Amino acid sequence: MALERLVGSALCGAAKLITGARAIWRGCTPEVRQRVYFANHRSHADFVLLWASLPPRLRRRTRPVAGADYWLTSTLRSYMAERVFRGVLIDRTAARDEVDPVAMMSAALKGGDSLIIFPEGTRNLDDGLLPFKSGIYHLARANPGVELVPVWIENLGRVMPKGSFIPVPVLCSLTFGQPMEVQPEESKDDFLQRTRAALLALAPAED
Amino acid sequence: MNVSATLFNLFAGIFAVLALASVVGAALKLRVASEAPNASIDNLNARLKAWWVMIGLIALAIWAGDLGVILLFGFISFQSLREFVSLTHTRRGDHRALIWSFYVFLPLQYILVANHWYGLFAILIPVYAFLLLPISASLGADTTRFLERAAKVQWGLMICVYCISHVPALLTLEIEGYAGANALLIVFLVLTVQSSDVFQYVWGKLLGKRKLAPAISPSKTLEGLIGGVVSATLVGAALWWITPFTPLQAGLIALLINIMGFFGGFVLSAIKRDRNVKDWGSMIEGHGGMLDRVDSISFSAPIFFHIVRYWWG
Repeated sequence: MALERLVGSALCGAAKLITGARAIWRGCTPEVRQRVYFANHRSHADFVLLWASLPPRLRRRTRPVAGADYWLTSTLRSYMAERVFRGVLIDRTAARDEVDPVAMMSAALKGGDSLIIFPEGTRNLDDGLLPFKSGIYHLARANPGVELVPVWIENLGRVMPKGSFIPVPVLCSLTFGQPMEVQPEESKDDFLQRTRAALLALAPAED
Repeated sequence: MNVSATLFNLFAGIFAVLALASVVGAALKLRVASEAPNASIDNLNARLKAWWVMIGLIALAIWAGDLGVILLFGFISFQSLREFVSLTHTRRGDHRALIWSFYVFLPLQYILVANHWYGLFAILIPVYAFLLLPISASLGADTTRFLERAAKVQWGLMICVYCISHVPALLTLEIEGYAGANALLIVFLVLTVQSSDVFQYVWGKLLGKRKLAPAISPSKTLEGLIGGVVSATLVGAALWWITPFTPLQAGLIALLINIMGFFGGFVLSAIKRDRNVKDWGSMIEGHGGMLDRVDSISFSAPIFFHIVRYWWG
């Protein structure tokens, strides 16, 4: 456990040094309470950076949700994902009746932890934001009272775009928006639209 | 001239001024802002604190020798380029060009300074980077706004690396009767131009009425500009004894580099306005980013370098 924590903070330090990451808490403060942070997804380093930009006391209670099909492919990756980040690993290639992602995430929330999710479901290689998958809606329905916090990660896609191995030391920023909850009568599509718009609103103006 | 003693006295003088300013800042905080916090006074104190660190770093670098100065300005270039690239729109296809900029052209430029290879130093970025980077970007096979993207990378390298590297390049000039004293030219340049920034800020706060160009920089006023440039020119003239110049020459050169420095800040402000931000970054508390602090140096250093090289080198 001690070793994992050391590796974790070393990794956070390295991620911050390389990316110059700056956390901007615009819509809420970094307080200890159960939350689901949902962010745009451009690179595998996304959740490391989001995780690193949380204060240590929050970080210890926050688990990233990631693809098992990527993170369980080598010993090092699975050590990092399972032991260091304590990720909730979901096999995206499995059939829906074998694996229930929402149940897995809800179980993690029942355990008292917060989550980091990427509702686009896959990495977006272009600008902007893909349509959200429905998981975030079902998760919100199954866990009332848990705050959903939008987090816009700016520039990380440029530090190390898909297919490149050398990071460029561009400075990143993470903007934390206002916490949201699903409304009692809200339909799935309305909720997905609303959360997606809230996340996009945190992005700097596109030219 | 005993260079070590001169440097020691200079920095002792600068630190004394800084100490005085810090005492005034602390007194203001105590008397005016002890109950309700005052943003201007807090910002003033944050700026002063950052000045201690920045001047301390320059003193340390000069004390460490030529390599220390080259490394310090190499780091300044690196951080400035990071800020510049972060704020300008680049795409995935630019990744390779950015790798070349950060890991090849930037270090190479400073290695050329260290090796006193003026011929290549002067053309590396304006010629070789200028031709090679668009080639590299074109291999990314993304033609969206291609010219604009190529121009932005080149601009970033010119401002943040090429121009800034002219400060440590002052160490490579061979001036008759001035051997071993070149670090004093750096002190002259940095002190004059930075004092111009400080005086513009002070005169602007005290007397500023007529806004110069509110669309570009809401805080710049005509009174600030004139007061700042005149004061800093007097500072430059008063520093003639550490340079190979006469007092009149020192004053004229100071005037020129102060005007260039002013427009450096002006041009980079225009870019910031276009990008809808106030500062280039958040690295230096109270000042913003690195590029906010060195914009005036960037525009004045090459001019100063060439004046000295042409008439004294």
